[in-house]
Amino acid sequence: MSEFFNMGGYGLYVWGSYGVTFALLALEVFMVMKRKRETKT
Amino acid sequence: MTTDSIKWFWYSSPQTFFPLAGRIARVSAVLAILFGIAGLYTGLFVAPTDATQGEAYRIIYIHVPAAWMSMFLYVVMAFWAAIGLAFNTRLSFLMARALAPTGALFTFIALWTGSFWGKPTWGTWWVWDARLTSELILLFLYFGYMALQAAIDDRRRADRAGAVLAIVGVVNVPIIYYSVKWWNTLHQGASVSFSKAPSMAATMLTGMLLMALCFWAYSIAVALTRVRCEIAEAG
Repeated sequence: MSEFFNMGGYGLYVWGSYGVTFALLALEVFMVMKRKRETKT
Repeated sequence: MTTDSIKWFWYSSPQTFFPLAGRIARVSAVLAILFGIAGLYTGLFVAPTDATQGEAYRIIYIHVPAAWMSMFLYVVMAFWAAIGLAFNTRLSFLMARALAPTGALFTFIALWTGSFWGKPTWGTWWVWDARLTSELILLFLYFGYMALQAAIDDRRRADRAGAVLAIVGVVNVPIIYYSVKWWNTLHQGASVSFSKAPSMAATMLTGMLLMALCFWAYSIAVALTRVRCEIAEAG
């Protein structure tokens, strides 16, 4: 399992890419859903 | 006017498009999750380690699809902006408006993941290479479009000014795409081409295409949900 997260020594780069990507997508979904609730659509 | 053209314009009315957009958005959201799970599983667990780049290459599963979406969404945005200018249809402008933040997001993701890929493979976070620079210009075009929309109070004027900027900026998309051919860039050439056989393992290609479908469905879901908000707010 730790081998998987280590990514052959490239863990920082691989997870730094995936982590930021999914955090940003989640943030966009959250903001759109918040706007949706506020406009009552 | 023929009956065909009446049907064509039927969904150009925001009120009739509103419920349809909601249905497509819901289906797309489910598809995005399914394609995302399949793509991540294929990319992170099934696909083999790259012979030269080791595990660092696994960034490809988000980097390449995000870069495709950044360019594709810009073209779609400029298309709706052009339709809006030509036919003065309100829904077209609302579509262009709804697509811009998602396009900017994917452009940023392409740049960010590219930087995190460049550091271990090239030894640098950033170079002023033609591919990287033109992609950065794309990000500024999205920001410029959104800033212009926000800066002009009159909605009709804002839509028209934004549309002109979006259409002029479309010239940058082929520059990004062909930059690796036209100039000597540190960035590698196209990973996938229609004219030649794939240069990567079948599972790698499958993972990348599944992630592209995931981002595609995600963009449709988010943009259509946003256009529903635009329609509701515009009244």
